[in-house]
Amino acid sequence: MARIIGGLTTSHVPSIGAAIARGEQQTPYWKPLFDAFIPVHAWLEAVKPDVAVVIYNDHGLNFFLDKMPTFAVGAAAQYDNADEGWGIPVLPSFAGDPDLSWHIIDRLVADEFDITMCQEMLVDHAFTLPIKLMYPDAGATWPLRTIPVTINSVQHPLPSAARCYKLGQAIGRAIESYPKDLKVVVVGTGGLSHQLDGTRAGFINKQFDLLCMEKIVNDPLALTQYSNRQIIELAGSQGVELMTWIAMRGALQGRVSKVASTYHAPISNTGGAVMLLANEPTPLAAAAE
Amino acid sequence: MDDLSKIPGTPIFQGEQAKRGYALNKMCFSFNDAANRKAFLADEEGYMARYHLTDEQRAAIRSRNVGQLIAAGGNTYYLAKFAGIFGLNVQDVGAQQTGMTIEAFKAFLASQGT
Repeated sequence: MARIIGGLTTSHVPSIGAAIARGEQQTPYWKPLFDAFIPVHAWLEAVKPDVAVVIYNDHGLNFFLDKMPTFAVGAAAQYDNADEGWGIPVLPSFAGDPDLSWHIIDRLVADEFDITMCQEMLVDHAFTLPIKLMYPDAGATWPLRTIPVTINSVQHPLPSAARCYKLGQAIGRAIESYPKDLKVVVVGTGGLSHQLDGTRAGFINKQFDLLCMEKIVNDPLALTQYSNRQIIELAGSQGVELMTWIAMRGALQGRVSKVASTYHAPISNTGGAVMLLANEPTPLAAAAE
Repeated sequence: MDDLSKIPGTPIFQGEQAKRGYALNKMCFSFNDAANRKAFLADEEGYMARYHLTDEQRAAIRSRNVGQLIAAGGNTYYLAKFAGIFGLNVQDVGAQQTGMTIEAFKAFLASQGT
């Protein structure tokens, strides 16, 4: 059976791509973020996941306001990155896993998540940069297959934190009912606090970010209590990307422990955060297999 | 349902903005493509006419003012592609909206991380 071996969360600010392109990983500004991935690399090397399910928000590369899905799941054999309009390098294409995608899609809809299914999907920086951060030395091909899952953060109304957590739970159940022996890592990308628009632009809330990082490990339900208005007030208008973390955490259904965690602000306009959580089968789940 | 109105300094892109800003956002979405960015720079007025921008939206585009673009229904994610044409990043855009210099805005960002 497929197993979820862990969850990774990271900020995905576009300037990470520019920093990589300019080779600035070890400059004082960027070092804390890039060094946060040293333990992540060691863990990936040890566990060697086969597939990453990447939960993120599209920033107007693949989806426009003509059709804006609340939740969408990729079902392609390959996902391409593309020009987003402000000049960060386009990364090599990512292999998909269509069989697992369709299994997840079937299970999600049966579970009353009426997602949009996509056989073509351009993946933006929120998908590509986290994978680049995970595998900085990968060349033209990436060492694992991928499945993109998007949560709308562009057009309100957005789904609630509680709904995103339930989506994550349903994704977790779907993956763990897949009959092939696969090791899956679930990635949630975005956040933490930031706001790009309005006279409150530049708002960062370190205290709330640190609270989220504490609760996400073993008390994620605390985070599902916030309304979207509260999240915007506490984390800024783009801080709603916290939803991707919450959905990731919903997918981890075993015994969850923190492997690594870094907070560094600001990264660009954002409270930068990276966390790696291990997910081990609970004794009950192991006995049932 | 959440009431998202009146969060100080925080525009929220709801149905009303989506309806009002559609043409402007559609034009900005087209700037994902380098050829379209070039076409816009070659003939801004003609490009705006092709996307049927309203007078308010055309004025906002001419002004290069983010606050005015948001007031005309612009969505921050699509406007970022317009800003990208001029090499402006999120600090430039933040400084403009808050009335700070770029250096002051960066110092403000840094002050919140300590």
